[in-house]
Amino acid sequence: MSKKSASVWTSIRFWRRSAAWVTGTATVLLIWLTFDTMGQISMGSDADLAKGIKHRIPAATVINYHVDYQFDQKRGHEVPVIGEKEKFFGKEWSAKDAAALLHHGKLTSQAKNCMNCHTLLGNGGYYAPDLTKAWLDAKWNDGTMTGITGKNTKEEAMAEFLMHPSQYPTHARMMPDLGITQDEAVALVAFLKHMSAIDTNGFPRNFSQSAKRLEGGTHAH
Amino acid sequence: MLINGELKYESQKLGMNYFRVALVLFGAQLLMGLIAAIQFLYPGFLFEIFDFSVSRMVHINALVVWMLYAMIGSVYYMIPDETGEETVGIGLGKLAFWILTAAVAVVVLVYIFIQVGPGNESTIWFINEGREYLEAPRWADIGIVAVVLVFYYNVFATYMKGRRTGIMTVMVANLFALAGLYLTGMFFTDNISVDQYWWWWVIHLWVEATWEVFVGTLAAYALVKIIGAKREIVEMWLWIEVLMLFGSGILGLGHHYFWIGTPEYWWEIGALFSSLEPVPLVAMFVHVLYDWGKEQGHCESKGSAHALNNSPAMAWVTANAFGNFLGAGIWGFFHTLPQVNIYTHGTQFTAAHGHLAFFGAYATILIAMMYIGVQGSYGIKKMTMTFKTKMALTLIIFGVLGMGVALTIAGYEQVLVERADLGGGWDAYFIAQDLPWYIQAQGWRLAMGVVTFVGFIYLAWDLLTIGAVESAQEESEGAAAAAAA
Ligand code: HEM
Ligand code: HEM
Ligand SMILES: [Fe+2]
Repeated sequence: MSKKSASVWTSIRFWRRSAAWVTGTATVLLIWLTFDTMGQISMGSDADLAKGIKHRIPAATVINYHVDYQFDQKRGHEVPVIGEKEKFFGKEWSAKDAAALLHHGKLTSQAKNCMNCHTLLGNGGYYAPDLTKAWLDAKWNDGTMTGITGKNTKEEAMAEFLMHPSQYPTHARMMPDLGITQDEAVALVAFLKHMSAIDTNGFPRNFSQSAKRLEGGTHAH
Repeated sequence: MLINGELKYESQKLGMNYFRVALVLFGAQLLMGLIAAIQFLYPGFLFEIFDFSVSRMVHINALVVWMLYAMIGSVYYMIPDETGEETVGIGLGKLAFWILTAAVAVVVLVYIFIQVGPGNESTIWFINEGREYLEAPRWADIGIVAVVLVFYYNVFATYMKGRRTGIMTVMVANLFALAGLYLTGMFFTDNISVDQYWWWWVIHLWVEATWEVFVGTLAAYALVKIIGAKREIVEMWLWIEVLMLFGSGILGLGHHYFWIGTPEYWWEIGALFSSLEPVPLVAMFVHVLYDWGKEQGHCESKGSAHALNNSPAMAWVTANAFGNFLGAGIWGFFHTLPQVNIYTHGTQFTAAHGHLAFFGAYATILIAMMYIGVQGSYGIKKMTMTFKTKMALTLIIFGVLGMGVALTIAGYEQVLVERADLGGGWDAYFIAQDLPWYIQAQGWRLAMGVVTFVGFIYLAWDLLTIGAVESAQEESEGAAAAAAA
């Protein structure tokens, strides 16, 4: 090279090589971390659920169990707690049926574009409540929604609401009728129940305290 | 922007076509945003006719697509300048443009008129994929990949044939990554965590890595073109920017993996690397102002007044330098630590950042590229601002900043009341949505959205007319000078 750079700091060659090395290193690290993460977030198995072995993302058959969200002393935030068996739409679902139901529910959530009003795991639109832990929301457990939909169980109430949301308004801002069928509604509820059992490192924070904090009104006015 | 008679290369003419469609989609984006903003305040507006999910989906899709159009347009425009060659396979490139535009039109019509489908694969293939930003149905995804392959072939083959500048080297390498990343967003999975893991590969590794590097190359090109900055210096800066942007942005991806089911180690990785992301944005800001100041100084010492040959473009490049730093750097940093993000995640605060960042980092510089295109199309030697240029700059920047501030206030309310005080959930959500200050903020957002839209009308009007007006001016000045001599 005829025009030799005065110092390495003004040498294009130096910066080009550094850029390539840094980018390459970051990419390799990301790929390595991705392999590790994929291992940790693949769905658990039905057998592990039965044995009480925890997975960040449980098997679809988690719909056969009671799900809760409780503070964990060691981790310093709330975590999903999978409890006793409970019926889901009046029955226990086989591993195959539960997986098929979850598949249908996930597909329906995309086909109906839920994510452009709601957030799922905190991502999406901000026009409607976050759905990450919707299955555990006090609204479905304290009799409000079972009351207005006239259903006995919360899964039935949720399904009924999803089919005819604008008939059961809770706020001036209503959910529109998206033409959700009975089968799709059941599948969506399974999708929501499964999502509520995902270990989200404590998001949303203090969700399990929400009902208590709302008691007797709020100071927020 | 109407004609391009002065352009010597077909590649640049094709670039102008991409700019034209981009401008139309930009307008459509803003209209959809206005509808969505009205729905926040008057939820009955178009209820069960054109719901918020639809207006929002078209708003953000039009956003992404107009930006991609303007990016492709910019590349076709700069190729001949950089390589000294006509684009190889330009005929194929033109065909691809028409195919892509037809596909975009069909996709948008389906979004608007069909909206949603039954919960099965056919909807994913033909109506919409229902994943924020990546809603385009599968058939369109495949079409986009085909068109992008043609585009990439055009760019790569021309690069190999012509002069290989540093700017083009970065462009070619970066486009490869940018296009490849789209593939990671094209599959379906039942596992929502795996779904979002890869979804962020597209979204984040686009806007915080490859698109940023793209902006770096555009800024480098624009500085050489507008103020005659020294190529060696600009290209050295460009490599430093690549180093810093990829060094921080690639692993900064971790800031989206705090709460989606992914392991805790992403807290540290995401926090550390994404906190470094503002550093290159400061550097880019300094770089633009420094080069400008330096070239201006040279000009003044030589006795000529102005270093700029295109002041509208330079104004938008400067808006970019600052807007990128503000919207992405500062607003991004605000919520990037997990300790903060646990409360702000998925609130209006995110929306405030999304607006300021997309506008500041991308809309601005792509508008600058359109002005450079107009200058070339009409063969204007020194393009200056018209009244409309100034109105567009002022109103759009003021409008978007206003929306950003309003949404930040709405976000604060939401974070404090819904999240921190009440712990989230359905009732907590609506209590926060009904707070008087929250509603007021939504009102200001709508008002500022209208301001932005009026600014856009000035922008479109200016882009359509400035070329003819100023080329006529230069001609008559030239004639007067010739007559005097
Ligand atoms: C030009 C560059 C950038 C653009 C266009 C951009 C855009 C966006 C958008 C649109 C979202 C919302 C995504 C959604 O809809 O869910 C988002 C989220 C986020 N961005 Fe950026 N961003 C940029 C740069 C940055 C930088 C440099 C940082 C950090 C220093 C950052 C930090 C974040 C964080 C933490 C979130 C997640 C927010 C949440 O949890 O809700 N961004 N960004
Ligand atoms: C007329 C002006 C505009 C109005 C009224 C408007 C309105 C809106 C509304 C209502 C949303 C939905 C937010 C939510 O889910 O709560 C939205 C989302 C979004 N808009 Fe706009 N917008 C406008 C201009 C822009 C511009 C100029 C850009 C960028 C260049 C932009 C980028 C975005 C992005 C990235 C999102 C998604 C944000 C997220 O998910 O965090 N918008 N806009
Ligand atoms: Fe990000």
